[in-house]
Amino acid sequence: MSVSATVEPTQYLTFKLEEEVFALDIQKVREVLEFSSVTRVPRTPEFMRGVINLRGSVVPVVDLRLKFGMTHTEKTVNTCVIIVEVAFDNESMVLGALSDSVQEVIELEPQMIEQAPSIGMKLRTDFIKGMGKRDNEFMIILDIDKIFTVEELAFAQEAGQSAA
Amino acid sequence: MSGNELDAGREAFKEEAAELLSELELSLLDLEQHPTDDELIGRVFRAMHTIKGSGAMFGFDDIADFTHEVETAFDLVRMGKLAVSKELTNLTLRARDQIRTMIDASEGKASVDNAVTEDIVVSLQILIKVSDGTAEASDIAQTESAASEDKSLQATYRIKFKPFAELFTTGTNPVLLLNELRQMGTCNVIAQTDAIPPLEQFNPETCATYWDVIVTTTQDVNAIRDVFIFVDGMCELTIERIDDDLEYDDSEAGMKLGEILAERGDVKLDEVNSLLDGQKKVGQILVDAGMVDKGHIQAALAEQQQLKEIQEQRQKAASAASIRVASYRLDKLVDLVGELVTVQARLSQTAVVNGEATLTSIAEEVERLTWELRDSTMGIRMLPMGTTFSKFKRLVRDLSLDLGKEIQLATDGADTELDKTVIEKLSDPLVHIIRNSVDHGIEKPDVRFAAGKPRMGTVRLSAGHSGASVLIKIEDDGAGLDKDAILRKAIAKGLISNDAELSEKEIYGLIMLPGFSTSESVTSVSGRGVGMDVVKKNVDALRGSIDIKSKKGFGSTFILQLPLTLAIIDGLLVKVADDIFVIPLSVVEECVELTKADVEKMNDRHVSNVRGVLIPYIRLREHFSIDADDLETEQIVVTEVDDKKVGFVVDYVIGEHQTVIKSLGRMFREIEGVSGATILGDGTVALILDVPRLVNTVERDTPTRTVGV
Repeated sequence: MSVSATVEPTQYLTFKLEEEVFALDIQKVREVLEFSSVTRVPRTPEFMRGVINLRGSVVPVVDLRLKFGMTHTEKTVNTCVIIVEVAFDNESMVLGALSDSVQEVIELEPQMIEQAPSIGMKLRTDFIKGMGKRDNEFMIILDIDKIFTVEELAFAQEAGQSAA
Repeated sequence: MSGNELDAGREAFKEEAAELLSELELSLLDLEQHPTDDELIGRVFRAMHTIKGSGAMFGFDDIADFTHEVETAFDLVRMGKLAVSKELTNLTLRARDQIRTMIDASEGKASVDNAVTEDIVVSLQILIKVSDGTAEASDIAQTESAASEDKSLQATYRIKFKPFAELFTTGTNPVLLLNELRQMGTCNVIAQTDAIPPLEQFNPETCATYWDVIVTTTQDVNAIRDVFIFVDGMCELTIERIDDDLEYDDSEAGMKLGEILAERGDVKLDEVNSLLDGQKKVGQILVDAGMVDKGHIQAALAEQQQLKEIQEQRQKAASAASIRVASYRLDKLVDLVGELVTVQARLSQTAVVNGEATLTSIAEEVERLTWELRDSTMGIRMLPMGTTFSKFKRLVRDLSLDLGKEIQLATDGADTELDKTVIEKLSDPLVHIIRNSVDHGIEKPDVRFAAGKPRMGTVRLSAGHSGASVLIKIEDDGAGLDKDAILRKAIAKGLISNDAELSEKEIYGLIMLPGFSTSESVTSVSGRGVGMDVVKKNVDALRGSIDIKSKKGFGSTFILQLPLTLAIIDGLLVKVADDIFVIPLSVVEECVELTKADVEKMNDRHVSNVRGVLIPYIRLREHFSIDADDLETEQIVVTEVDDKKVGFVVDYVIGEHQTVIKSLGRMFREIEGVSGATILGDGTVALILDVPRLVNTVERDTPTRTVGV
C-alpha cells in the first residue's frame, strides 16, 4: 500500500506495545475491551493467546508483541484487547489484538504520514502502512489486514509442521 | 429485503416453484415405473399447472408460456389421449430442468438457452401430433380453461339436464355432453328413467331420459353452461351451486328433532331410537309412497355422499396447514436458543452457589423450559431425508442411461429426520458416493449376467436413526472394492510404503486419502482424483464418520454416521490444570481412576487395565503441553469411536454440560483435536475435543505406524 493512496485525513487509534507507539485505522477497530481471561487453544503457535468470549461469540486473541518479536505480554491493569475487523480471504473476520495500553484517537493528515524506511524497522515492512509523525514523535501505522493474512499462512504452516 | 409486494410474491413463487419442481421430478420418475398411474399423472399435471398459474401472476411470462406447452401434453395424458412414454418423461424432465434454469436466470444466476426451450417445445408438439392426430384445437382450448386445480377453488354444482324429446333430431348425443362434464372434475351422473314410457309406446327417436349430475370442479358455472351451449333451447337446464358455506356447517345446528326432544327431557333418546329403528329410511318411505322415483333418491344420495367427501377433504386440508418461514429466521431462532441455554447454565450455577431456595426453584423451572424450548426449536429445523431422495433418483437414472447400465435406486427411511443444515451439507457427499457406486461399483448388464447376477443393478440408499446419530447407508450390489488394486495404487502413488501391512478397514480408508482414484480410465462421471477425500472432509465437517464395507463380487456399502444436530450437544466437562474441556457425551463410555501406582505397574506405558481389558490412553496434559504438576490420582474418560476404545486422562471430571457449539473461526481451521468451543456458565470459553481426530493424530504420530501422510 503506497502512502499516496491516502488523501483524506484519517482517524487512528494509538496504542503501546512495550514503549513503542503503534496506530490502527479507526475504521478497522470495533471496540476495546479490558483483558480478563483467555482460553488457550492447544497446539497453536505461542502468539495465538487463545480465545475469549465476546458477548456470546468466540473470538481469537493474538499477542502482537510476540508476533513482532518482543516479549510475551504480561497482564497489567492497562492491558487491553483491541477488537478489530480484518479482511480475510475477502471475508471480514473479528479478532482481538493484545496491547499494553490504549492511548488515544488522533487525526492525521496525509502529509503527516511518511513511508516507512525499508530497513532498520525490526518489523516486516509489509505490516507497516506508514510512519505517522506528530509533535516530533513517530508512530508505526499498522496494516492490520496484512498482518493477519500473513499470520494465518504462517500459522497453517507451523501447524502442518508440528503435525508431520 | 424489499418491501415491495410483488417482489415478495416473486420470492414466494421461486420457493414454491423449487418445491413443485422437486415434487415433479419425483412424480415423473415414479411415472416412468408406473406409466398408467392416474394419480401420478394428475400430480404432474397439477405441478405444471400451478407453476404456470403463479408464474404468470408474478410476471414470469416465459416460464408460464413454456410450462403451458408441457401442461398441454399432460392434459392429453390425463384424458387418455396420449400414453406415457419414455420420450415423454425424458422431455418433461428436460423441461423441468429448463424451468429451473429459467428461474435461476431471473436471479441472474444462469442464462437461458432459448434454443433448448424451442427444442423441447417442438419435440413435445411432435410427440402430441404423432400419438394423436386428432388432438386438435378444441382439446387444447379446453386445457386452457382447465383453470387452477387448487382445491380451495373447487365448487360443487347440481345440474339438472332434461333434454326435450326432439333432442336426437339435431344429431346431439347427450353422452358426449356428460363425458365433457366428467372431465371437469369429480362427477356423479344419474340417469332418470321415470319418464320413459312403456316399451310399446316408446319412440326410439325421442329422448325420454333426463339426468341429474353432481359435479365438483374448479371451473366456474359459465364453463358448465358452455358444455351445454349447443343444446341451448333444446333442454331444461338448471345449474345450482350446492356447497356454499359448507365448511361453516355446524353439526350442532343439524340436530335431529328426536335429539332435540330428548335433550329437552320431553322424551328419552333410546325410546326415540327404538321407534326410529322400526321405521324405514325417508327415501324408502317416499319411494314406497310412490311420491318419488327411485332414480331421484339415488341422485339425492349421490349428492349427499359427494358433499360429505368434499367437506372431509376441506377439513383435512385445513388441519394440515403449515406456514413458510425464511430459513434465516430459523437460524436466528436457533442462535437465540443457544444463547439462552448458555445463560440458563449460568443461572443454574449461580443458584447452586447461592443456595437460596426461591432462586433454586426458579432456576429449575427456567432449566426445564429452556430444554423444552431447545428441543422444539431443534425439531423445527428437522427435515425428512426424503426431500433429497428425488434428486438421487434422477442422478442414478441419468447416469445409468449415459453409461449404458441398468440401475435402479431403492430408497428406504425417507421419513428419517435430520437437521436442515446437515441435509444440505450432506447432499454433495451423497451425490459423490452414489456416482461412484453407479460408475465404478455396478457392472455393465452383460458382465452382471455372466456373473450370475440380475442384469439390473441396485443402489440402495437408506437412512435411519441410531441413538443420537443418523445412519445413512449407500449399498450397491456391484463388483465391490478391489483390495489389491487399491493397495497397488496407493503404493504407486506413494501414499503407503511397499511393505505396509494394513487391515481391511485401513485399506478401504485409503480411498479417502487426497489424490486417490482407483478407476484406471478417467470418465466424465467420476474418477478425476477429486472425490472421496472431499467426501470425507465434508462428513468430518459435520462431525460424522464414514465406514466402508465391501465384498469382492458382491458389492460395497458406505455407512455415514452423522449427529442429529449441529448446534447443541451434550458434553462432559473435564478439567486439566486450569483448562476446561468438553468431551461429547455421545462418545463417552465410562470414567475410571488412574493412580500413580497403576501407571508404575504398567511401566509408564500409556495403557490401562480396565476390568481386564487393556485400554490405551492419551494424556491431555502431555498432548496439549499443559504445564502443571501431576496429580496423585487422575481420571480416565474412556471413549469409543469406530469400535476402538481410547481413554483420555484428565485431572477432574466436572460433570455434564449442555454445550452450545461455537465455531472457533477460520484462524483455527487447521487445529487438530479441537472441533469448536462453548461458553461456560461463568462466561469463560471451553474447547470441545474432537475425539476421533485426536485419536488419529496420536496414532499417526506414533512412530511404528506406516499408514498416513
